[in-house]
Amino acid sequence: MKRVLIVGATSAIATACARLWAEQGAEFFLVARDSEKLEQTRADLLARGAKVATSHTMDAADFSSHADMVEQCRVAMQQIDIALIAHGTLPSQQACEQDVELALREFAINGTSVISLLTLLAKQFETQHCGTIAVISSVAGDRGRPSNYLYGTAKAAVSTFCEGLRARLYKVGVHVIDIKPGFVDTPMTRGLPLPAPLVVKPEQIAKRIVKGIENKTDVLYAPGFWKAIMLIIKLVPQFIFKKTNL
Amino acid sequence: MSDPLYSWGRFPYAPQTAHACSWRSELPGLLTELAEAHGSTLPYGNGRSYGDSCLASSSQVLHMRSLDRFIHVDWQQGIVLAEAGVTLAEILAMAIPNGWFLCVTPGTQFATLGGAIANDVHGKNHHVRGTFGNHVRRFGLLRHEQGMLTCSPTENTDLYAATIGGLGLTGIIAWSEIQLMPIRSSQIDSSVVRFSNLAEFFTLSAELDPQHEYSVAWIDCLAKGAHAGRGVFIVGDHAPYGSLEVDARSKLQVPLTPPVSLINNLSLRAFNEAYWRSHPAQRTFKRSSYDAFFYPLDRLLYWNRIYGRKGFQQYQCVIPDATAQAATEELLRVIAESGQGSFLAVLKRCGDIASPGLMSFPLPGTSLALDFPQKASLAALFTRLDAIVLEAGGRLYPAKDAHMTGIDFRQAYPAWEQLEALRDPSLMSRFWNRVIT
Repeated sequence: MKRVLIVGATSAIATACARLWAEQGAEFFLVARDSEKLEQTRADLLARGAKVATSHTMDAADFSSHADMVEQCRVAMQQIDIALIAHGTLPSQQACEQDVELALREFAINGTSVISLLTLLAKQFETQHCGTIAVISSVAGDRGRPSNYLYGTAKAAVSTFCEGLRARLYKVGVHVIDIKPGFVDTPMTRGLPLPAPLVVKPEQIAKRIVKGIENKTDVLYAPGFWKAIMLIIKLVPQFIFKKTNL
Repeated sequence: MSDPLYSWGRFPYAPQTAHACSWRSELPGLLTELAEAHGSTLPYGNGRSYGDSCLASSSQVLHMRSLDRFIHVDWQQGIVLAEAGVTLAEILAMAIPNGWFLCVTPGTQFATLGGAIANDVHGKNHHVRGTFGNHVRRFGLLRHEQGMLTCSPTENTDLYAATIGGLGLTGIIAWSEIQLMPIRSSQIDSSVVRFSNLAEFFTLSAELDPQHEYSVAWIDCLAKGAHAGRGVFIVGDHAPYGSLEVDARSKLQVPLTPPVSLINNLSLRAFNEAYWRSHPAQRTFKRSSYDAFFYPLDRLLYWNRIYGRKGFQQYQCVIPDATAQAATEELLRVIAESGQGSFLAVLKRCGDIASPGLMSFPLPGTSLALDFPQKASLAALFTRLDAIVLEAGGRLYPAKDAHMTGIDFRQAYPAWEQLEALRDPSLMSRFWNRVIT
């Protein structure tokens, strides 16, 4: 039986993953900001076979609450087999260009808050000597694109942090997986002019994520074709890249 | 970003803009917003209604599919409480391992819970269990003016009756609680026997229906002369022993919509002949998985695409017992004569269990369903068929319909005025707009 901590448990991708674990009878510690949505998610997972599900309301932007959450999770489950960090927002790049405070707030929620949580969780996992920390970053972190570079910068910070953390925790038997979804049809992306053929349902990538966690993949693009797309985009030289509107 | 939504038959061609709802708490705001911006809207589940009953008159639908959470399950009593966007497949996936099954299932497991109520769907066991609505304990209905109401046989009874089979017009079904039935195995013990004409079908139905939970027949609607009315009668029951396994068959998919229909007279004749011949003349017994028995077409995802860009129409009517045999013979004669036909025309005797729904389709009698590739000549054929159905005192199924006239509809469903009186003014479908005016 898996013991799973999910931060951002009401997000569509997290929910889709959690349902797969629930079918296996997992135990959950669910963290999200909106207590009503959290309660509905909890009830759904219990109905779908979760053995236990504890909910914990927390705003990830409130850094001072992180340590207490991790401690309560430890008390509730003793050991964490999987910690999935899935919270985040999709800020408007244009709005962030005009408003420093907004830009920094968005960076905090997508970047710094994850670093804070990972730092606290790393200590817990170090004492366990087992388990997997799974972090949802984004393909957007692979390159600073003019349309979305504030979000991309935060996700790049998370990915780089994960890389270092992975190498550190590898030595104590803990795995860190960096999950980079492409375009996913979720409430977060609703209304965006995304290219329809590249958009997938959360359920489609959830299977890949759950499998990636089991296989201890290091960096997981979801769906897999994004690995090829991002490889090409990463190879575009600066003198061309700066002329694009990607 | 979201692709437009269509009805299953893709006729009439009316792309719908989807406004997705992910949380129950978002529903009131979204309903108000859509009503104010576009005049009216309509809840849309998983797009399994064939005609225009799932299309909003404003072409702006409230997409309910993301409301797919279970709220509470009780495996002691077999009671499931879930949001309306949950599909029947998702309910079965959880219920079967716990020894429960849907009391009533239509021919696809991809319909949503809300859609099953709004169309008061029925299945191969109508003669013993009635319609889906017979097993709905209660549901939450969001009305623009009144907010969320709980409807059950004892609370808000008028809305309970009007919403079952109410085509999504009385309010938004946000959640529902249904009763399941216990099973010992997910396999079906079935048997098939051929019949060579309609008279034999009615004899078999009278003999076998009372003995079996499930009963349905396929009929070769292209056969003429000596072969007219030939078909295959299929009965089944939940096996008394065996395993409780959820459908895990690999699904095939029609990858794209061809420019023209792949269903034509030649392919149909060949298919129908082969299907007829594949069944031995003697009654044969076999055990099959529930999904192969109930949902053979679900294995081919997007099978509606094989009808090409023009789409198709399903014609489904029910004829009262007294006139069923003569009228069905006449319908088949006219269809065979027209040379336009369908794979797997389905014939089913409905029983006399009354639905709690005001506008439920089935009545004690025989239901006939056929699919036709869309073409201009269908209109004339349907006019002839409609006259036969009306003359025999029968009616058409709104969930499948894209053609019936307002006059025929209002005569066949006199309760329409009660539904109209209880309709939420912020909801309007293309179907309703067509038949009440």
